[in-house]
Amino acid sequence: MPDTLTSQQILRKQKMGEPVYSDDAEHIHRHIVMVLLENHLGALNRVINLFSQRGFNLESVAVGETEDPTVSRLTIVTTGNDRIIKQVIRQLNNLVDALEVEDLTEHEYVERELLLLKVKYTPENRAALMENAHIFRGKVVDITKDTMTFEVTGPTKKVNAFLGLMKPYGIVETARSGRVAMRRALVFGS
Amino acid sequence: MEQHSTRPGSMTGTPAGDGQAQGQPALPHTGVTMTGAEIFVRALEAEGVKVVFGHPGGAVIKIYDEIARLKPTFEHVLVRHEQGGTHAAEGYAKATGQVGTVLVTSGPGATNCVTGIADAYMDSVPIVVFTGQVPVPLIGNDAFQETDTIGVTRSITKHSFQVRRVEDMTWMIRAAYHIARTGRPGPVVVDLPKDVLLAETTFQYPSDVQDRIRGYRVHTTPNPAKVERAARMIARARRPLLYVGGGVNGAGAAPELLELAHKARIPVTTTLHGLGAFPEDDPLSLGMLGMHGTWYANQAVQHCDLLIAVGARFDDRVTGKLEAWAPHAKVIHMDIDQACVSKNVWCDCAVLGDVKESLRALLPLVDPKDTQAWLDEIAAWRAECPLAYEHDGRLHAQFVIEQLRAISGGDAVVVSDVGQHQMWTAQFFRYKHPRSHITSGGLGTMGFCLPAAMGAAFGLREQGKDLPVISISGDGGFVMNAQELGVIAKHRLPIKIVVINNQFLGMVRQWQELFHQERYSQTNLADTNPDFVKLAEAFGIEAMRATSPEEAEDVIARAWQITDRPVLLEFRVVPEGMVFPMVPAGAATDDMITARFKE
Ligand SMILES: Cc1ncc(C[n+]2csc(CCOP(=O)(O)OP(=O)(O)O)c2C)c(N)n1
Repeated sequence: MPDTLTSQQILRKQKMGEPVYSDDAEHIHRHIVMVLLENHLGALNRVINLFSQRGFNLESVAVGETEDPTVSRLTIVTTGNDRIIKQVIRQLNNLVDALEVEDLTEHEYVERELLLLKVKYTPENRAALMENAHIFRGKVVDITKDTMTFEVTGPTKKVNAFLGLMKPYGIVETARSGRVAMRRALVFGS
Repeated sequence: MEQHSTRPGSMTGTPAGDGQAQGQPALPHTGVTMTGAEIFVRALEAEGVKVVFGHPGGAVIKIYDEIARLKPTFEHVLVRHEQGGTHAAEGYAKATGQVGTVLVTSGPGATNCVTGIADAYMDSVPIVVFTGQVPVPLIGNDAFQETDTIGVTRSITKHSFQVRRVEDMTWMIRAAYHIARTGRPGPVVVDLPKDVLLAETTFQYPSDVQDRIRGYRVHTTPNPAKVERAARMIARARRPLLYVGGGVNGAGAAPELLELAHKARIPVTTTLHGLGAFPEDDPLSLGMLGMHGTWYANQAVQHCDLLIAVGARFDDRVTGKLEAWAPHAKVIHMDIDQACVSKNVWCDCAVLGDVKESLRALLPLVDPKDTQAWLDEIAAWRAECPLAYEHDGRLHAQFVIEQLRAISGGDAVVVSDVGQHQMWTAQFFRYKHPRSHITSGGLGTMGFCLPAAMGAAFGLREQGKDLPVISISGDGGFVMNAQELGVIAKHRLPIKIVVINNQFLGMVRQWQELFHQERYSQTNLADTNPDFVKLAEAFGIEAMRATSPEEAEDVIARAWQITDRPVLLEFRVVPEGMVFPMVPAGAATDDMITARFKE
């Protein structure tokens, strides 16, 4: 094989988001994909299965019913280069039960994640913990004599920051919802 | 979505199903109360099913009872192994263009179908597989002969249904056939719990089920802007090449392809599944490309400046090392499946839609071209390294294939198994007709051939086509589904059953010779092969053996005298034959190994 690539070969790699030369960095991006799905038996299985079947990365998935009870909504977080992300969208579109698929990352969107966090506390650090939660607009949702459970919602970055802050106090348990996201309604003019 | 969307309900389909959609009189039995099992039978009739390949068992015994009682308008063919049933349905579908139908019991009946379903998925073959299931209340309890069939087959089906209420039976069956047939075709599984087959409701066969499968969209009409762009790219190209896949056979687009190639004088190479879509006796034909394609087809790929892929998917057996493939080519990709676009190779212009429609739209926009310099270049490659094999007085498989081509004149449906004989059958038969070559390409399933040939023969018989079916297997793969000989004998299917006996798992042996220092690990079959002639005779099928080129010509001539029943021909070919040329797996197409023998 010749060492020099043709212009066509370089173009192809660039378009696919793949490194052109072996020492180039690979461009991996995180995408949030919204899927409206038939709300019936087996539909969710097919979506989840697709990710393992095709070797796609599945970072998180959040599922819930929509205003139409026959439709459920998934928010999927996945990573990959341009080629892989396009494949994810196209393969999802091919599912018979998928009513709508959209890569939210291509638009303006809002995202939120819910964290439930149980930490140990002592009478000495109790006030500091509460103060942290307050800064993050968190709430205490459960308390025993030595543990407190906080609820924090926000963009994933914020949730991560809160977790980092609380880590030194001794985390007992965490539960995260995975992201949910929605396109912003952009209103122009009046 | 930028494509123009067509509701799949408007696509052509089976006569009964779609005839009804066009407002013909109500189907028989409409409004009559009956059991799920009877509904199943009536639904298949309404769908226009002509042949069902099946095997009974406890979970579907009620359906078999109804088949005996109702004497339906379809024929039930009792296969001897469910895997054979699925391949038969594939062969039927490939030969006729109609959806193949399989009916099996739960548990082992269903799992025996897995290979055939996976095969149909890889090769986009429309089949519907009905599997029995334990009664709904027992699902999940590890009941006798329970398998999570929907779960097991999830990643190898286009879609699947489990009929949990008898009221859902008809629309699910209608949707299953619709999904299997339209868009990029594929297998659909319908799981039938036993209690649902016993429950009763009134029979109602829907013509349109689009509202039940809202998310299923098929784009058949191409975007005109994309078609115009493709035409401009063709006009600009100096070294264009058509790379044609199974999609052209599937869509019945061979006439349009021929017209395009002739009009713009563009050479054509096909994939394994594209064989037959373009006549190989045409001067523009370069035969097959890829791992065992012709040297000149691969040279053309490496030097072309425009690759027009039609109904092909850039499979690794075609491209070899991706980044070294077609290094100078801009790519136009015409396909029905949007997920195929830029999956492996970046495509500069995607024309999504039915390839027949797309080619039709493209044709008037393409002007005649002068490609003579390019064609001359290819002619030189062809002269430099044509397909060839050794002529040393011994019997070679390639000679057998050439003789089969000569005696049939190419007017036959050829079915091959997987291995060296498959590649020789692809290289040397020189196909003339669309749908005249059937094989297991994507999955590469040994044991595919004999039952698929059987299914094809049923299909041709049903369509009143008097074409011989030639089934060509190796001695390894033949044994994997040899049980279907009994079915072929019973139905007196006029199949020429060819066994290319090289006493080896030849293709594996070839890799061992080339890449594993000639360590022939577990590939010698001499001690475990049956006497193929006696095996056929045990099933009541006439059989002949040839060990030299002269004998081969003789038995082929004699076999062609037999037209009303099957005949088996065993050819004892040289054990060390090799398929050349060859691009080693994962290597660049430029590193193709050409033949190594003395002419
Ligand atoms: C079910 C299955 N098992 C294993 C293989 C791997 N395999 C590919 S070709 C081949 C050898 C086939 O031998 P034979 O049927 O005698 O045909 P030949 O290559 O000799 O023509 C094998 C074992 C396969 N394709 N399918």
